Amino acid sequence: MNIGIEQGMLLAAVLFLIGLTGLLVRRDIVFMLISVEIMLNAAGLAFIVAGSAWRQADGQVMFLFILTMAATEVAVGLALIIQLFMKLKSVDIDRANTMKG
Amino acid sequence: MNTVFYISSALAVFATLKAITNKVAIHALLYFIVSLLSVAVVLFVLGAPFVAALEVIIYAGAIMVLFVFVIMMLNLGRETLNDESGMLKREMFIGPSVISTLLLAEIVYMLVHQTAMPLSLKTITPAEVGQLLFTKYMLVVELGAFLLMSGIVGAYHLGQKEKLVHHRFLKTEKDIA
Repeated sequence: MNIGIEQGMLLAAVLFLIGLTGLLVRRDIVFMLISVEIMLNAAGLAFIVAGSAWRQADGQVMFLFILTMAATEVAVGLALIIQLFMKLKSVDIDRANTMKG
Repeated sequence: MNTVFYISSALAVFATLKAITNKVAIHALLYFIVSLLSVAVVLFVLGAPFVAALEVIIYAGAIMVLFVFVIMMLNLGRETLNDESGMLKREMFIGPSVISTLLLAEIVYMLVHQTAMPLSLKTITPAEVGQLLFTKYMLVVELGAFLLMSGIVGAYHLGQKEKLVHHRFLKTEKDIA
């Protein structure tokens, strides 16, 4: 069976939805950030598949921008996790449900 | 090449599933790195060798190492593992799984009812990507630079430890610690 746009898009969708499920199920903030990374990676894969279908380099350019955004988001997100852990001594997001302190 | 695509896709999906269901953070991270490497193989098969290399170097190499460092720094011990075992119950997966399955069914329905579009699998060289990046998408590259700069400043600011302000006569070093 030759690879069409369907197979590539299906892979991207499955990876994205696994990431979404992880984000909804987990309450550990480190795992939530990993799930967001899974979703971003799947979105980038969808861009590459579309770029391959139309024989254009634009898809790869978009992947580079997604990569940039993911790197920035991880840096800031991990800094926030460290702050949260220093305050709460836990990575459970449910304990951070108050704005106080 | 088709076999390589299907094998690495299956591996990517399996490793991602293991990553979100694992209780230990570092194991989940290692499974996610496996998933990223198999996605890199998929990208290579799809004719994007430049992006496949970037996926390995930046995603698996840089971003994931940052995660590993932070998990090492947090030093999550035995008690957080027990917390996580209590939090992660089997029935908690039901609701999100139903939502995801419905969305997946919609996407599959749309993919089935469209005209088939074979992928070219023709290699798009880094030169083409670079030319497009520095002509058509120049403004977006500059915005990306802004974003990275603000990310550095933000991470530095947020990552700082709170400094204890105390008067040198009123407290001894023992009180501060």
